[in-house]
Amino acid sequence: MNELDDLYQEVILDHQRNPRNFAKLPTANHQAEGANPLCGDHVTVYLDVKDGVIRDISFQGEGCAIAKASASMMTSVVKGKSLADASVTFKNFHQMITGGQDPCFDLEALGKLAAFSGVSAFPVRVKCASLAWHTLNAAMRENAPVTDLGDGSKKPVK
Amino acid sequence: MATKHSGSALSNSLDVERVRRDFPALAQKVHGHPLVYLDNAATTQKPLAVLDRIRTSYIEECANIHRGVYQLSERATASHEAAREKVRQFLGAELTSEIVFVRGATEGINLVAQSYGRSQIGEGDEILITAMEHHSNIVPWQMLCQERGARLKVAPMDDNGDLIYSEYEKLLGPKTKMVAFSYVSNALGTVNPAKAMIEAAHRHGAVVLVDAAQAVPHCELDVRDLDCDFLVFSGHKIYGPTGIGVLYGKQRLFETMPPWQGGGDMIMTVTFEKTTYAPPPAKFEAGTPDINGAIALGEAIDYVQSFGLPAIERYESELLRYAESALTKLPGLRLIGTPKQRAGAVSFMLGDIHPHDVGTILDRYGVAIRAGHHCAQPAMKRMGVPGTARASFAFYNKPEEIDTLVACLAETQKVFRS
Repeated sequence: MNELDDLYQEVILDHQRNPRNFAKLPTANHQAEGANPLCGDHVTVYLDVKDGVIRDISFQGEGCAIAKASASMMTSVVKGKSLADASVTFKNFHQMITGGQDPCFDLEALGKLAAFSGVSAFPVRVKCASLAWHTLNAAMRENAPVTDLGDGSKKPVK
Repeated sequence: MATKHSGSALSNSLDVERVRRDFPALAQKVHGHPLVYLDNAATTQKPLAVLDRIRTSYIEECANIHRGVYQLSERATASHEAAREKVRQFLGAELTSEIVFVRGATEGINLVAQSYGRSQIGEGDEILITAMEHHSNIVPWQMLCQERGARLKVAPMDDNGDLIYSEYEKLLGPKTKMVAFSYVSNALGTVNPAKAMIEAAHRHGAVVLVDAAQAVPHCELDVRDLDCDFLVFSGHKIYGPTGIGVLYGKQRLFETMPPWQGGGDMIMTVTFEKTTYAPPPAKFEAGTPDINGAIALGEAIDYVQSFGLPAIERYESELLRYAESALTKLPGLRLIGTPKQRAGAVSFMLGDIHPHDVGTILDRYGVAIRAGHHCAQPAMKRMGVPGTARASFAFYNKPEEIDTLVACLAETQKVFRS
């Protein structure tokens, strides 16, 4: 079961068991909630942003191993990054998990996020891996919750 | 992966291999493994008899009903109405006019909420449901309450997933105008004491709707014996096609209820000033219905009846006992819902592994189960879990498949090193 081992790598299981930055952030000045209503997963992402840089980040929520590990690893990867860099990382990450890479896609640039490359063999789990990232995206833009519309797209909820 | 075939322990109340030959879908492979389909509470596979009927029906009797004066339309109308008669017999209803074809159980509940509910339920009235309802038996009533200023009351369940009957009785009162509950819980497999619940509700003058979506494939029932006022089920959960379902309602209620949707087939006369409506069931069947679906549902009922629900019930209850015992032998597995009487489904948690991860891993071994909240989020909340993994059975399932399920759950634990 190679695909399963690719999906549930040790590093992913580790982040799921011991999620990093898993708390409310008292200094947060941006936050957003995200949910996949069809499966019940939900996440809140807290950001402390100053001068276009993510000084601190945390998350809370509930979800499957993929959703939780993805949120955890995301927080540790984007902490200290500029908002622009975080957006680029999300774009690359999304390309990786959907398997829709362009020819110059650079897997190595994703660093430890490459652990999620196995998700592309499980299309129905893409929404799990991307939930926290969509929520981060919303938090960076505004304080708006996002919801999964079931077609993979996320739209801010008014 | 080693699969231990210990399933021959079941008595031969039913020739399951013969049944399986009627379902070509069961012979396919998924991810290189034989399909083990254990999501029958979501939908059932279809027997050849139903598939053949759909085909011949479209070839030999494809015409609109209740209007054509030609042979094909007469055939279609006769087959469609024969299906209604089959449903009447199946449910033990008195009149065929008490059988309305709808899209499914959800649409049946919405029809009652919007036609009966809007005309009979007003400010301060109460609608009583239970804590284990599917969203389809919560949301239509919430919408009605919001519109009419009525209140939604919820009868609680205990830690085993059984209704707390004494609490249910206490919640009934002079303001209770409608009681709506599922005969069998889709999420936990609980069988509710429907007859007693209906009797108690009637003592308070309430009208009762039974959501029998999870009951009709597994339990013999009779609407006159139950004395329910309304009952709904979906065709696709009893080996028929999707898109067709049934609303049973007592004639005297159907007669007083306003139409739900307007259109063709539900009218007596139409002028621009005034329309008079057809009597039930036509009053509730505006527009061209799912003719072929109804005919195929009739065929599915014939198929089920050829075995008889008592035989199916006997076989399935043995299968359920086997599943419960095999599952609970797996260290770390915890059943969610251990009701006194169970039908159809077994819900569980595998340690702290999220049900979606369980579902994904099982799928790679060809085992199809449902993972998540089963459209019953309040029930999940009550049981203290975000969701469950659920194996749900049909009478084409066999003990060996349960062995495979358990072996694959052990593999899942290995993947998670738990």
